[in-house]
Amino acid sequence: MQITSEILAQHNITPDEYERIKQLMGREPNFTELGIFSVMWSEHCSYKSSKVHLRRLPVTGDCLVQGPGENAGIVDIGDGWCAAFKIESHNHPSFIEPYQGAATGIGGILRDIFTMGARPVAAMDSLRFGPIRDEESDESKEQTSAKSIARNRRIMAGVVKGLGDYGNAFGVPTVGGEVYFDPCYSLNPLVNAFALGLVRREQIFYGKAEGVSNSVIYAGAKTGRDGIHGATMASAEFDEAAMEKRPTVQVGDPFSEKLLLEACLEAMRSGAIVGIQDMGAAGLTSSSCEMGARAGNGVEINLDLVPQRETGMTAYEMMLSESQERMLIVAARGHERQVLEIFHRWDLDAVIIGKVIAEQRLRVTHKGEIVADIPNLALTDEAPKYNRPMKEFAVASEDVSPKIAAAISNLKSQISNLKSEADVTTELLRRLLASPNIASKQWVYRQYDHMVRTNTVVLPGSDAAVIRVKETRRSMAMSLDCNSRYVQLNPREGAKLAVAESARNVVCSGARPLAVTNCLNFASPERPEVMWSFSETIDGMAEACRVFSTPVTGGNVSFYNETEGRGIFPTPTIGMLGVIEDAKHITTQWFKAEGDLVLLLGATHNDLGASELLSVLTGEAAGAVPKLDLAEEKKVQEACLKAIQAGLVSSAHDCAEGGLAVALAESCFSSYGRTAIGAKIDLTEHARLSGLTDSTALLFAESPSRIVLSVKSENVDQVKEIAAETGAIVAVIGEVAGNNLAITLSGDTLANDSVADLERFWNGALPKSLERPLPTSEG
Amino acid sequence: MKFGVVIFPGSNCDHDTYHVISKVIGQPVDFIWHKETDVDRFDAIILPGGFSYGDYLRSGAIARFSPVMKSVVEFANDGGFVLGICNGFQILCESGLLPGALLRNRDLKFICEHVNVRVEQTNTIFTAAYQPGQVLSLPIAHGEGNYFCDEATLAELETEGRVMFRYSAADGQITDEANPNGSLRNIAGICNRQRNVLGLMPHPERAAESMLGCKDGRAMFLSMADALVQLLKARA
Repeated sequence: MQITSEILAQHNITPDEYERIKQLMGREPNFTELGIFSVMWSEHCSYKSSKVHLRRLPVTGDCLVQGPGENAGIVDIGDGWCAAFKIESHNHPSFIEPYQGAATGIGGILRDIFTMGARPVAAMDSLRFGPIRDEESDESKEQTSAKSIARNRRIMAGVVKGLGDYGNAFGVPTVGGEVYFDPCYSLNPLVNAFALGLVRREQIFYGKAEGVSNSVIYAGAKTGRDGIHGATMASAEFDEAAMEKRPTVQVGDPFSEKLLLEACLEAMRSGAIVGIQDMGAAGLTSSSCEMGARAGNGVEINLDLVPQRETGMTAYEMMLSESQERMLIVAARGHERQVLEIFHRWDLDAVIIGKVIAEQRLRVTHKGEIVADIPNLALTDEAPKYNRPMKEFAVASEDVSPKIAAAISNLKSQISNLKSEADVTTELLRRLLASPNIASKQWVYRQYDHMVRTNTVVLPGSDAAVIRVKETRRSMAMSLDCNSRYVQLNPREGAKLAVAESARNVVCSGARPLAVTNCLNFASPERPEVMWSFSETIDGMAEACRVFSTPVTGGNVSFYNETEGRGIFPTPTIGMLGVIEDAKHITTQWFKAEGDLVLLLGATHNDLGASELLSVLTGEAAGAVPKLDLAEEKKVQEACLKAIQAGLVSSAHDCAEGGLAVALAESCFSSYGRTAIGAKIDLTEHARLSGLTDSTALLFAESPSRIVLSVKSENVDQVKEIAAETGAIVAVIGEVAGNNLAITLSGDTLANDSVADLERFWNGALPKSLERPLPTSEG
Repeated sequence: MKFGVVIFPGSNCDHDTYHVISKVIGQPVDFIWHKETDVDRFDAIILPGGFSYGDYLRSGAIARFSPVMKSVVEFANDGGFVLGICNGFQILCESGLLPGALLRNRDLKFICEHVNVRVEQTNTIFTAAYQPGQVLSLPIAHGEGNYFCDEATLAELETEGRVMFRYSAADGQITDEANPNGSLRNIAGICNRQRNVLGLMPHPERAAESMLGCKDGRAMFLSMADALVQLLKARA
C-alpha cells in the first residue's frame, strides 16, 4: 500500500517524523509498520512533548525500589514489603463513551500494578467534569448551556458507574479521590485512575524480555477489533467528528481481569516466569517492543498464533488492537508448559506466540510472511523528543478582596433577610458547602465498594484514605489532590500548592509522606502558553517534592485535552503515598468529643484570590493564588505529625477550598459512629498571630499550611510545646461543644449555625443535581 | 472441626472470610476450589461475597452449576451448616437451598454503606450469640440485594420464623427509610426450614474487628464455632 500524505495525516505522523522513520528503518515502512510507529510515537505512548521536562522531576530517594520507566513505581514500606502504585488518565475515551472509558481506565491501571507482581489493594480516582447545576446554566457559553449541563451529568453518572462496576467486580476497594467541576472540563472530562498494590521485595517482576530463545506467551482475553488507535485518539484534540471515534474506545470485562490477576500471581510465585507486561495502550505492539528494549533484546511473534475473537483480522489490526485483559509473558526456559497450565486452570487463553531474540528488533510474522521488522529502539528510546516552543504569560496578581466585598454587598441588597454579619456568613457558608467542589461526594463513593478486602481503616470522606497492611503494624495513607484553578492562574505556584496539599492530607491521617505519582493533564502542547505552563508545573512540583523528600516514582502525561480550540486548566493531579508506622496513630478529620479543645496550626493571610468563595459569588476564577511558603508548610506538617505520633491528637483536618469556616464545619459533621457535633470558636488570638483583621479572609481565604486539630484538654500544653519546638504558629481557637458552629472575633459573632442544618446543604448538593430528571433541551 | 470457604471464579470476599475465621476467631479453615466435589471433611461451609462468574446472566446463576455446589447441596440436605454472604446468598437462592430471589436494588445503583440490621430469630447456630431484637451495624455492598419471593413463600417464611434479619432504623423500627434496597418486608437474611442454611446480604466478615470500626459481625462466626464444638463433643 502506497503511503500517501493523507495516510500519514490519518496516523498523526508529521512529514518530519516520517523522514525520521525512513532513516531509522533504512527504508520505507509498510502499512503495518506505519501503524506500529503511529501508536508508539503517539504523545500518549512516547511522551515526546513532555520527556525533556519530566527529567527535571526528582526521582531518587532511600525508599525507592523502582522509579519511572516501568509499569508502576515501587517504594519500600518496611518489613520486607513494597508498595507498587501509579496513576493514569483515561480522559478522551471517557468523553466518547463514559462507562467503558472509565471502566477500562481502572482496568488498565490495575494491570499496571499486578504486572509488577503486586496484588492491588486500593484504588482512588480524580474526576473532573463540567458544571452540573441548573443554577450555573448560562446559554451565552456552550460550556454552560442547559444542553452542556445535561451532558455533564450523563458523563459523570456513566464514569462513576464504569469505575464502580469494574473495581467492585474485580474486588479492589475504591477508597478515596476527588471530584471537581469547572466549565473548562465540559467537553474534556478528566478521569485519572490510581491503584496501589503490595508485593514482597523479592517477588517483584519487571517488564523485561530476558533470556534469548525464551518463549513469549500471550495470556488472557482474545484479541478483537476494539480500541484500535486508542493511543492515537488520546493524542489529539476533539472536533465535531468525535463521536465517530467510538470504535476506538476499549471494552472491559472485570471478571476476566480478576481471573487474570489470580493466574498471573500464581504463575509469578511458581518461578516459571522471567518477565511480564500488560497489554495496555498500543496492546501487543507496546508490550513486545518495550519488553525487548528494556532487556536489550528483541521479540519475534507469529500473529497466526494469537487468540482472536473476530475472523479475518489483519496484522495491522492485531498489532494495534487494545482489547483488554491481556498480558505478555516471557517464560523461564523449560517452564512454558507450567505457565500455560496455570492460565488454563483459570479458564484463560494462554499460548506461546513467539520468542526472545538477540537482535534488538520487533519482528512480526503473519501467514508465513514477515509483516513488520523494526529496530526496538526506533519505537522506544529513539522516538522523537520535542522541546516545543514555550511562551510565558503573566501570572495572576490581582487582589480580589474589593471584588468579593462588592459581591457580598450586592448579596445583602438582593436578599432582604440578611441583616447581620452572622446572617451573611451563614448564607456564604451554605453556598460554599452546597458548591459541588466542596459538597459531600457520598453520591459518588457510595457506588464504590470501599470495604472489600477488609483493610480500609479510614473510609472515604476524611483527608486521606488509610489501608492497613495486615501482615504488619503498618498502614498506608493516600490522597489525590489538585486545585487546577490555582494552576491555571499561576502554574508554578499552583503545582507547589497541589503537592503541599497532598502531603498535608496524608500527614493529617498520621502518615509521613513517602513518595508521589502524578497525572499531568494539559491542553495541546503545540500551544506555546500551554507548553510554558507544563514546564512551570514541572518546576513547581520538583521544588515541592524536594522539600518534602517525596520522590516521583512515575505517572502519566495526558496532552490534547481540548476541543474546538478551548482547552482545560492545566491539571497536575498529585497522588501522595504516606506510611503510618503504628496503627494506633491513624487519625481522622472529625471532632471526637465534647470538651476537646480546637487548635489551629499555621496562619491565615488575605488569600481570597482563586478561591471557591469568589467562584461561588461571581463565577470567576481570578486573582493571585494563595501564597505558599514551603518552609512554613513543612513546619506545620512536622508539628502535626509529631503531635499525632505522641498520641496527643483526637482529630486533624487541613484547610483547603472554602477556607477555615468550611474546614471547621466538615470537622463537625457526622461520621460513622457519631452524629453532628458543634464547636464554639473564637478567632481573636489566631487573627492576632496572623496579623489579619478582615473577617471574610479569616473565614474563607484559602491560605495553605493550616491544620485544624482537636485535642483532649489535658494534652493542649504538650501540643503547644511541640509546635513551639518545630517553629509552627499555633493558637487555641475554641472547644468542641453543643450543636452549633459558633464563630466569634473580638467579641463580634461571625457565625452561629446549626451543624445539622449546614450538613443538610452539604449532603444534599450532589443528589439534587444528579438525581432529577434531565432538563429538556429546547433546540 | 473445620470451616470451608468456597472460591468461585470471581469470588472477592473469600480471603476476608478466611481471615476472620483463622485470625480473628482462631479456627481451622480451608479454601474449597469450585471444581472440588468432596466436602466431607468440613463441618460448616461458607459461600463468600463477590462477583462469581462476573454476575453474568444473573448474580449466582452460573455458580450454582459449579461441581462444588452439587456437593454443597447434599452437605446441606444431610444437615451440614452453610452460610451464604451477599453473592453467597444469591447462589443459595439460585440453587434452591433458600427460597426467593435477589433483584436489582430499588434505586438501581450499587450501594456500599453501613446499615442497621435487626436480629429477628436467635434459634440458629448462626444467631445464637445475639439477643432477639438486637440491632447490629453491618456493612452492605451490593447492586442486587432486593429480596423478593411470592406471597405463599413470604407467608411461610414469616409463620415459620425464618426471616433472620431485617433492615431497621437505629432504634429497631422497621421503616421504608431504613430499607436501602427495596427488599420485601426489609428482609436482609433468611434461613431454610431445617435452620442449617442461612443467607444474608450484609457482610459480617467486614464487621469483625474494632480496627475497622465495628465488630457486630464477629458474634456470628463465634456462635457458629461454639455450636460446632458442642456438636462434635456430643458425637464423640
